[in-house]
Amino acid sequence: MPTPILHKESLIPGKTSKLVLDAPEIARKAKPGHFVMLRMTPNGERIPLTIADTDAENGTITIVYLVMGKSTALLEALNVGDAILDVCGPLGHPTHIEKKGTVICVGGGTGIAAMHHIAKGHARAGNKVVGVIGARSKDLLLFEKELKSFVDELLISTDDGSYGHKGLVTDLLRDRLKKDKTVFEVVAVGPVPMMAAVAETTRPFGVRTTVSLNPIMVDGIGMCGACRVSVGGKTKFACVDGPEFDGHEVDFPELRRRLAAYREQEKVSIDDYQRTAHGN
Amino acid sequence: METKTPKKKPLAPRVDMPCQPAEVRRANFEEVALGYTREMAIEEAKRCLQCKKPLCVSGCPVEVPIRDFIREVSLGNMDAAYRIIKSTNSLPAVCGRVCPQEHQCEGKCILTAKGQPVAIGRLERFVADTYIATSACEQVTGTNSCALPRGDLKVACIGSGPSSLTCAGVCAAAGIKVDVYEALHEPGGVLIYGIPAFRLPKNVVATEINGLRLAGVDFHLNYVGGRTVEVEELLETHHAVFIGVGAGLPTFLGVPGENLVGVFSANEYLTRVNLGRAYDFPGQDTPAFPGKNVTVFGAGNVAMDAARTALRMGAESVHIVYRRTRAEMPARLEELEHAEEEGVQFAMLSAPVRFNGDAEMRLKSVTLQKMELGEADASGRRRPVAIEGEVFDLPTDLAVVALGTRSNPILLDATPKLKQNKWGYIEVNEETGETSIPNVFAGGDIVTGAATVILAMGAGRKAGQEIVKRLLK
Repeated sequence: MPTPILHKESLIPGKTSKLVLDAPEIARKAKPGHFVMLRMTPNGERIPLTIADTDAENGTITIVYLVMGKSTALLEALNVGDAILDVCGPLGHPTHIEKKGTVICVGGGTGIAAMHHIAKGHARAGNKVVGVIGARSKDLLLFEKELKSFVDELLISTDDGSYGHKGLVTDLLRDRLKKDKTVFEVVAVGPVPMMAAVAETTRPFGVRTTVSLNPIMVDGIGMCGACRVSVGGKTKFACVDGPEFDGHEVDFPELRRRLAAYREQEKVSIDDYQRTAHGN
Repeated sequence: METKTPKKKPLAPRVDMPCQPAEVRRANFEEVALGYTREMAIEEAKRCLQCKKPLCVSGCPVEVPIRDFIREVSLGNMDAAYRIIKSTNSLPAVCGRVCPQEHQCEGKCILTAKGQPVAIGRLERFVADTYIATSACEQVTGTNSCALPRGDLKVACIGSGPSSLTCAGVCAAAGIKVDVYEALHEPGGVLIYGIPAFRLPKNVVATEINGLRLAGVDFHLNYVGGRTVEVEELLETHHAVFIGVGAGLPTFLGVPGENLVGVFSANEYLTRVNLGRAYDFPGQDTPAFPGKNVTVFGAGNVAMDAARTALRMGAESVHIVYRRTRAEMPARLEELEHAEEEGVQFAMLSAPVRFNGDAEMRLKSVTLQKMELGEADASGRRRPVAIEGEVFDLPTDLAVVALGTRSNPILLDATPKLKQNKWGYIEVNEETGETSIPNVFAGGDIVTGAATVILAMGAGRKAGQEIVKRLLK
């Protein structure tokens, strides 16, 4: 069932946009941590995206993406008034949220959008939420304003020092954990190297660390096993067992290599698309 | 002078079904078996002895009146034959292609003792194919006058595979409004994502489904049972719910290296190619993983489908690895023979020990253990036993694990009131198909574990008939 786009806001021109979709049945059920599977065209591939926000009353969900390959390029080409061909969900287990004290929510790149939804859930449950967000530079930083509206503290880092702390989110996280013994959980959403680094940063502190994984998926409903990850030496399916797992148990090198399995085909696909999209 | 007793007329041989030549078909996704012509069908139908007590019917899970439809075929009355099949079978074009007929109807045929059984499956397929494209109403109900859907009676089916489609067909034929909820973007379940087009063309499934649509069945795609819609919610808006979600969660071997890049479940490999149409990449966006030397583990129909798909996707060599021998293989003989003819090789009496990869964690080879057959086990099959020290490496860059599936947890987790058996499948009343929740029925693989299309259809039909009986009484 085609899902209309009600609102589009470009966050990083040509690269990342925020889309608000008219999806009342999904909005009614979606909780922080859930994801949806999308397909843009009849020939298109199914891709997973984490839900960045929901509004059950207005029947909308929000998604944010980074243009990586053909499917996300097709998504970026859509505008208000267009519809996404298939949106299926909500999928995966929602984030485990209960009132327990202070939680640090770390987000990197486009992952900040998904982290935002989880942080909001923790804030609504009455937890003290510290947001830690990072990007390569100031203009790539997402959701700062939205996060500021509900988090208790927001720490910012950029690789090039153009805004906030010059360096990595893990520097800020380490300092915070040294000073604050009330933190009961660290949640991290972002690129695989960032989530792996967060897990290594928190390990010596013994703080529970939850990561939201983004492996390749085909159906997203527990049928194909494409999204399997090794967690604590056991094989798990990210779509039905996750997508959130204990970051201290995840085999990140395996995840990184499985994500690269179709790199050559992805290049063929995007080259083909760019050639035809530009009329050559 | 001696009088010769007249010899009994020798039994005519079974009429062969034309196929695409192996060397041609191994490079395409067109259907392998081409089907009978009208003349062939009539000739084959005339072999039927028209038994007083047709054993074939008792061998069919949905009890198609086989003798009666074959009589009509032998007389050239294909429409009448179609109506007879349709009286108990909603998907004859599918069943005529994928049922294990040799173990069911044909296995019971009296002619088996004297030679070859009547080719019931091929005749069913011929009749259905001949009829397709005529009145859609007739396709579903088998009668010229469809009962119009009664807006006051509504049934929901979760999943759109063979069991749900059959249940929907039975209810629609009785004039009941049916909503089918499918998680994927295309209806058909395993008929679409699992069975390759060279065995079951997609337009055959689409035509059957279109027939259901025209009979008033609504298909709601991208609806996940237990997520987007829950059983309890559907019960508030429908008089009965049928759960036919299949048993999709793939099983893996549990050997080291199984998460290397290049090791796939049969579900992933087949879903990419069938549902995602990866054979047409980059015209279609879903890619398949390229494999030169392909290894498939398991020896059922799904393993044959994966191996034959790999050939068509351009593999140089395809091995099916099985720890027993050809005699124990669970696949249909026809599928096994087709695979052999197309060039699939068989590594019998071999069991995987571990997958081996390179520094980038890409699959390079699989280490296999040679086996021999020992004493029979509880299943009656001789148990494979490792021959100590006989281990070898088979080079492979794409491995497909086709060892069956378990129950998918999504709907079951969301419906805790649904009673499960010890294997995690839904428990139902065998007479009616009803679950522990009143007016919620279930059937197919989510009740039995992975089985055949026709068994799922039998369960869908039983539940559908019970629903109709309750709603129309």
